[in-house]
Amino acid sequence: MSRLHVDWTACDGRGLCAELLPELLAEDDWGYPVPKGDLTVPPALEPAARQAVDRCPALALRLTAVSAERAPASS
Amino acid sequence: MADALWYFARGSGVISLVLLTVVVALGIGARSGRTAFGLPRFAVNLLHRNAALLAVVFLVGHVVGLLFDPYAQLRVFDLVVPFAGNYRPVWQGFGTLAFDLVIAIVVTSLLRHRLGARTWRAVHWLAYLCWPIALLHGLGTGTDNGTAWLWSIAALCAATVLAAVAWRLTPSFTRYPHRADRQVNSRLLPAVAPTSGSTPTPAGAPSPHAGTSPHTGSPTPAGMPGVPEEAR
Amino acid sequence: MTSVVEAPPGSRVQLRLLAGTHDGRLDSHLAQHGRLPVLDAAQVIGLARDAGLTGRGGAGFPVWRKLSAVAAAGRPPVVIANGAEGEPASGKDRALLTYAPNLVLDGLQLAALGAQSAVLYVPAAAHRPLQTLIDARRRAGLDRVPVRLVAAPDAFVAGEETAAAAAVAGRGAVPADKLVRITESGPGGSPTLVQNVETLAHLAMIARYGPGWFRAAGTADEPGTFLATISGAVASPGVVEAGYGVALGDLISAAGGATSALSAVLVGGYHGGWVPAAAALPVSRAALTAYGASPGAGVIVALPRHACGLMETARIAGYLADQAAGQCGPCVNGLPRLASTLTDLAHRRARPGLPAEVDRLARLVTGRGACRHPDGTARLILSAMHAFEPDVAAHLAGRCLAAGASR
Repeated sequence: MSRLHVDWTACDGRGLCAELLPELLAEDDWGYPVPKGDLTVPPALEPAARQAVDRCPALALRLTAVSAERAPASS
Repeated sequence: MADALWYFARGSGVISLVLLTVVVALGIGARSGRTAFGLPRFAVNLLHRNAALLAVVFLVGHVVGLLFDPYAQLRVFDLVVPFAGNYRPVWQGFGTLAFDLVIAIVVTSLLRHRLGARTWRAVHWLAYLCWPIALLHGLGTGTDNGTAWLWSIAALCAATVLAAVAWRLTPSFTRYPHRADRQVNSRLLPAVAPTSGSTPTPAGAPSPHAGTSPHTGSPTPAGMPGVPEEAR
Repeated sequence: MTSVVEAPPGSRVQLRLLAGTHDGRLDSHLAQHGRLPVLDAAQVIGLARDAGLTGRGGAGFPVWRKLSAVAAAGRPPVVIANGAEGEPASGKDRALLTYAPNLVLDGLQLAALGAQSAVLYVPAAAHRPLQTLIDARRRAGLDRVPVRLVAAPDAFVAGEETAAAAAVAGRGAVPADKLVRITESGPGGSPTLVQNVETLAHLAMIARYGPGWFRAAGTADEPGTFLATISGAVASPGVVEAGYGVALGDLISAAGGATSALSAVLVGGYHGGWVPAAAALPVSRAALTAYGASPGAGVIVALPRHACGLMETARIAGYLADQAAGQCGPCVNGLPRLASTLTDLAHRRARPGLPAEVDRLARLVTGRGACRHPDGTARLILSAMHAFEPDVAAHLAGRCLAAGASR
């Protein structure tokens, strides 16, 4: 399984990902994606997730292996 | 046979100009982040990409046709270096320029994930240069200039792109016009000059009682006693 | 007014980093603590693990894990002592760098064993005396890895780990996306270790006096002492050192005691939470979790009963919105909206949807940024909505409970 990672410094809120992955993403008041869960991608949604990564105009999405946990936030 | 090549080259040239016009308009449409013609955003985006790839197909046809055409006497060299051709070098040169720009834009788009968004976007902006050059090339060169049908097509293309650009420049272009700009806070950028007016301290180690007091519990604004000030 | 508060007898306030002469001089430092023992990198990691030392910059991450992650990267790291302290209510890093800078520089050397460079990242105003000290230590042969000073911008998020790393790499002090950890590959491509200056000072003490000594203070789960910056309605605001689990009342009395009746205390700073002004409340992660707070970087702000907690939180929220790095859409749009919504509530400008809208916006921004700035801001606001719940109801009815309170 994989997980979708949003690079918020790159995300421009164009809204393609929320259209391609309505099961995982909604939109906020300003059109930026809102994760509906922890963004774990079930196998059935993998193709759609891949397309979202490929089509993101800001290249803000990545698919990562689930084992890759978050890094420590700060010192 | 030679005539067939000539007609094919001219025809594919005109078609690729029309397609490039559609690509530019769709690209601007996609940038707005809005849905169009009942299509979702990702479909507008895909249409933009596929129309561009189709335009490249016709463009390649246009160029290959001319490579074998006895009138134009195009050499492979002319595909890369503009304004060096034998047949109407200036107008053909615009064609070469536009061709090279289209190739650059398409190749960087296909390698977008490897190049990174910044490089890709910088090259993509060249579309606004590429399209007028292509139009100029189409109007200036060839046997068809001055014909009413070519001028009508050109006028229609120009009107489409001008309308799209005009829309792009309106404040309500994007789907969330009131969104705040994402812009790095200037206070985080490296200082232009190091602060030199800081409190001088005696040579050696700092003195705890001579320097600035290391607390923040400075007096607070009236009516808000006992709460530290935000400004520092 | 002294800023380092002496421990009142019988309380659990205890001075370690700030014990002794603390005049910042190299000779008195060496007289008090002596030179560092000679250790290798693996020994330093072992000491940090045995001591249970956690980061004192706010997040409280175990130090040994970051040290091992950087060591595992297998390339010489960039090691950064982070003294940016952008938090307006915090003064402990500045106090430490004034009174015991040698402990910080000792700790930096321990963390930087095998490093390609060691950096002290502090506001430019503190550079001059520190440069003098760094030169003196270099002459005395104390620092094998040369230490470079880099100016930290005076801004709230400038101390965030990846922001510090970016600033040291010569860029803006802007937080980065965390997909690739900086302990593996920082802004310049090298593994990068960022540790708060207080964390490094503790490391220097542990290297000398051992993990057992370190664990004698604090609780079993959260060992050691921490520096607290106490301000607000107290008689002598300043920096206090105490073991984790110290009673909130002991900290307040170490700062001269409250100057008036308190309605609440902000613990953990502007990214922290409001807790009741209960003297017995232990200041530890375990005890404060119930209030959505944590000791964080040791900030304690006492709120007097006659000050409105909602107004104060709205003011802080406005400040935090203004301090956003500006990169991430949800933060750049969400924090100003959150701040203005809370301000409307604080000013008793009732509008439909309040107070639920504050709650919705706070949850909306959480987890949606490169750094924890939106999360921290949301946490503070949610804790205020909870801690000042009766006052929220009063404000919606057009009244303010603090306004009627006597001094």
